[in-house]
This record gives sequence, C-alpha cells and structure tokens, in this order.
Amino acid sequence: MAQEVCCLKAQLKEKEKEIAALKKKLAQLEKSHPTVLELHDKVTPLTPLTSNPALSNEDIMRYSRQLLLPDLGVRGQLNLSKTSVLIVGCGGLGCPLAQYLAAAGIGRLGLLDYDEVELSNLHRQVLHGEENQGQAKALSAANAVKRLNSTVECIPYHLQLSSDNAVQLIQQYDIVADCSDNVPTRYLVNDACVLSGKPLVSASALRMEGQLTVYNYRGGPCYRCLYPLPPPPETVTNCSDGGVLGVVPGIMGCFQALEVLKIASGHGSSCGQQLVMFDAQDARFRSIKLRPKQPGCAVCGENPSVTQLVDYEAFCGSAATDKCLKLNLLSKDQRITVQDYKSIMDDAGPHLLLDVRPLVEVDICHLPSSLNIPLSSLQERKSEHLQLLQERISELKQQMAGDCRPPVYVICKQGNDSQKAVQVLDKMSGSEVDNIAVKDISGGLMAWAKRIDPTFPQY
Amino acid sequence: MAAPIAVHLEFGGGAELLFNGVKEHHVTLPSQSEPWDMKQLLVWIQRNLLKERPELFVQGDSVRPGILVLINDADWELMNQNACACLTAAGLDCSVGLKPAH
Ligand SMILES: [Zn+2]
Repeated sequence: MAQEVCCLKAQLKEKEKEIAALKKKLAQLEKSHPTVLELHDKVTPLTPLTSNPALSNEDIMRYSRQLLLPDLGVRGQLNLSKTSVLIVGCGGLGCPLAQYLAAAGIGRLGLLDYDEVELSNLHRQVLHGEENQGQAKALSAANAVKRLNSTVECIPYHLQLSSDNAVQLIQQYDIVADCSDNVPTRYLVNDACVLSGKPLVSASALRMEGQLTVYNYRGGPCYRCLYPLPPPPETVTNCSDGGVLGVVPGIMGCFQALEVLKIASGHGSSCGQQLVMFDAQDARFRSIKLRPKQPGCAVCGENPSVTQLVDYEAFCGSAATDKCLKLNLLSKDQRITVQDYKSIMDDAGPHLLLDVRPLVEVDICHLPSSLNIPLSSLQERKSEHLQLLQERISELKQQMAGDCRPPVYVICKQGNDSQKAVQVLDKMSGSEVDNIAVKDISGGLMAWAKRIDPTFPQY
Repeated sequence: MAAPIAVHLEFGGGAELLFNGVKEHHVTLPSQSEPWDMKQLLVWIQRNLLKERPELFVQGDSVRPGILVLINDADWELMNQNACACLTAAGLDCSVGLKPAH
C-alpha cells in the first residue's frame, strides 16, 4: 500500500514537470507569434486599417468566384478589405454574420460579447464548438473566424457595451451590426450609431420569425424613429423564454452579412427604409416600406434631445441581458424553498403540486407527482382546468378529514410564473374553488435541479 | 353610410399570442355612418378579438410602444395615420398587420 502511494506520488511529480515544460514552450511560442488572439476587456484605440492597392495572386484565387460577379468585381473586393465592421453579439445572428464577412474578405472584424459559451447556445451559435464551453464567446468566435480566413483582422471584445464606451468603440468602425438580444442594447447601439454617423445593420430572430432593417443609412430612419418609446418590459420575450429554432437566426444573420457586404463593397443596401420580415412557418419573406426619418426623432431629428448616450436600462425599465429577471410578487410566508418542498415530499403529507408551465415545457421534464395547469389557463379560468383542480382539491380534503385548507404548492421553471399563479389562486380560493392554502416554490424546477436533484434536466 | 368592410388582420412577432396564437383573422367590420379609421379598428379588435390582457396590446387610443402597425405591406405612419382612406379604398384586399419589434 505504502509503496503504491510512493510510486503514484513520484509519477505525479514527473507529470507536473512535464506540464510546466509544456506551459513554458507554449508561452514562448505565443510570444513569437503575435497572431494569437488577445481578448480585449476594454476599448482601446485601433491603428488605421492598412489597405492594399491591389489584389495579390492569392487573393485572386481565394475570391475568384465572387470577383467574377460584376456587382462586386476587383473594386468591390478592395473596398471590402478596407472596411471594418463591429458585430455586437456573437450569438445566433453574430456567428453566421461573422463567418460570411470573414469568408468574403472583410478587412477588420470587431467581435463583441460579454457572455461565455454554454451548451444550450450550440444549436444556433454555430461558430462555437463543444470544446469552447466556458470560453468567452468573443474569443471563441474570433478563433473560428481566423481558421476560416487568417487575412481578416479580428478583435475580440469581452466587455459589456455601455453608455461609457459605446461611442468610443463604434466610431472606430465603418459599419455596425446589431446582433444583440435585448431592448436596452438596441437603443444604446442605435444612439451611438446616430451620434457617430455609422450605418446600423440590425436583425432579430425569435421563435419562427425574423426581422431585418438598416438604420441611419443614407438619410433613412433610425431605430428610434420607428420605436420612439421602449415596449413595456413585461411584453418583451427573449430566446431563453420564447425559444428559437437555430436556423432562423442563421438565416437572418446571413441576411445581415449580405447587407453589410453590399454597403462595404459600395453597392449599397436597399433596406434603409425597409423592414424585411421572415416567417419561417410559411417560408415567406415580406418587405415593408417604412416611414422616413422623423423630424421629431429624439436622437436623429431636427432638435434632438438625446445628444449623448443616456442610461438605457433606466429608459427601458429592463436590464441589458436576455437572462430572466427574478420577480418578487409575494410575501415571505407565501413562499417555500425547494428544500422545504423536499421535506414535504419525504414526509408524504397530503398536498397538491401544481406545475403551471406550458405543456411544451412539461413534456421536456416534470416532477412525477405534479398536476399541470398552465398559468394562462388559470388566468383565463378555463372551465375544464378549474374542474380538474377542484376535483383534486376535493380528493385532498377527503384524505385530510377535518376542515383545514388543503395545501397547494405551485412550481414553474424559475419561480416567476408560479408567483403569478399563486396570486390568481389566492383570488380563486373560497369562491371559484374550495378554500386552499397556496404557496410558491421559490426558484422553481431549475432550483430543484441545482439544489435537490442534480439528475433533473436543466433547460 | 359606409358599407360593411372585409379586412384581413394579421398578428405576428408574438402579438398573435394575445389572440390564442392565431395569426390570421378574416373579419367583416359592420357598416357605420363614418368611414372606419385605425382608432376605431383598434377598439373593434379589443372588443371582438382580444380577450385577455389588453394592456399588452393597446395604450391610450393606439397600440402600445414596440408594436408596428402595417397596412398592405407599408408602415401605417406613411398613411399619415389616416387609415380610413386606405381601409375603405382597399376594400377586400386590405390587410392590416401588427408586429412587435423583436
Ligand atoms: Zn431617428
């Protein structure tokens, strides 16, 4: 035994020496090769983009198929190599966009994202691979782009775009592409583009639909001309709530690449006063003629009130992230923790566990004992669901005997909808259904997966 | 007297979720003495189609911020917000789309 331990210790020491040697070698290599990408965590001034006066033989070979297009030609190709593009968001839109811009020979790509790669990103964010999980998205995207075309200069930014850095960053680029996933960032990028005089190629994708418009381009409208006021925060759905089929942002990101390339090559975009809508369900594109630039616009109008960047999270009443916000609608005694519920379950006391998620989510995973009635059915007082609920409450009452109120515990994915459901059920208790004692399970099934049952799926 | 008018309504970009997930609605607006305008149409939609949570759709006498109203593939704003002319002139072919910004 002791001998075995000694032997293992010796082996370990040997390996540690090997690792140290490898690390040293890597560091030396990285030093001698400045092409290894460096992640930027703040905005720094860039050197002007050096432009070639003519195409090299290698350029001619690489780009030959697009050089043959009269719409692009040698002049267009040289224009691409002189253009810098900032991509805000390296997700479902940003990945295909960066890929096609690099492949086509754009001069410089700024790749900005504050997130790290997660497994749930990979179905739509196609530049990242399994081995990139946990890595900064900006760096992962830049490395993938470099592999595709090493002549493109890539600058990965791992930072949160804000009122303090947006103008400084955006003014260093020729074209900006908004591939972000939240409303405050859309207003921030729009205003920074108007203040810096840069065209903004903007797209979005949600569920089975996509939209694209080029803002602030050749005298056309800006985002604020169309949407002077932000939507109420509770009406905004994001991908982590609403879901999205990966290919839909894929199509819209490719569409963005097309418009960026048309602008960069000198051909020009026709989406300056136009909204392109893509309906994936019907496989249909529609072009909507938009209003012109609005003289009363707060940022691009005749008497702008926004002359420098403002606080966009305050303006929109929501955070600049697509992560879910935690609601707090109930008092402390109306909520229990997942640990509390675990002991209730273990004690096998009579109770009803009500899962208020939509059916599509219940199909993904659920707790075996739960009854599913979606929040919307409760809100709309769907009769068949109320009947079902009343039946289960009656059964509980029989089991419990006596006149106490049967306990009902409400659960959802993250504990927001379940709080709303508790409010609805509280109103119904004693009138539409028998008296019940309703409580919310704080943090929902995702808290259950994290703290109680690590084998429970997370989505 | 304006005759009854057939209108093709479309809700998209998530707005359809307020209408039981149904994107397209073919409706007939009843005859009334004045030509229909967008304000009246929104009131009609709210009374006849929208069952739940009107605050997610209307604000004051217009749609809530973030929703774009389109008429026959054009921004409503291009009609000087005077949709009645369009609604009556376009008759059967008139389609109104309401899309929230993503
Ligand atoms: Zn504007």
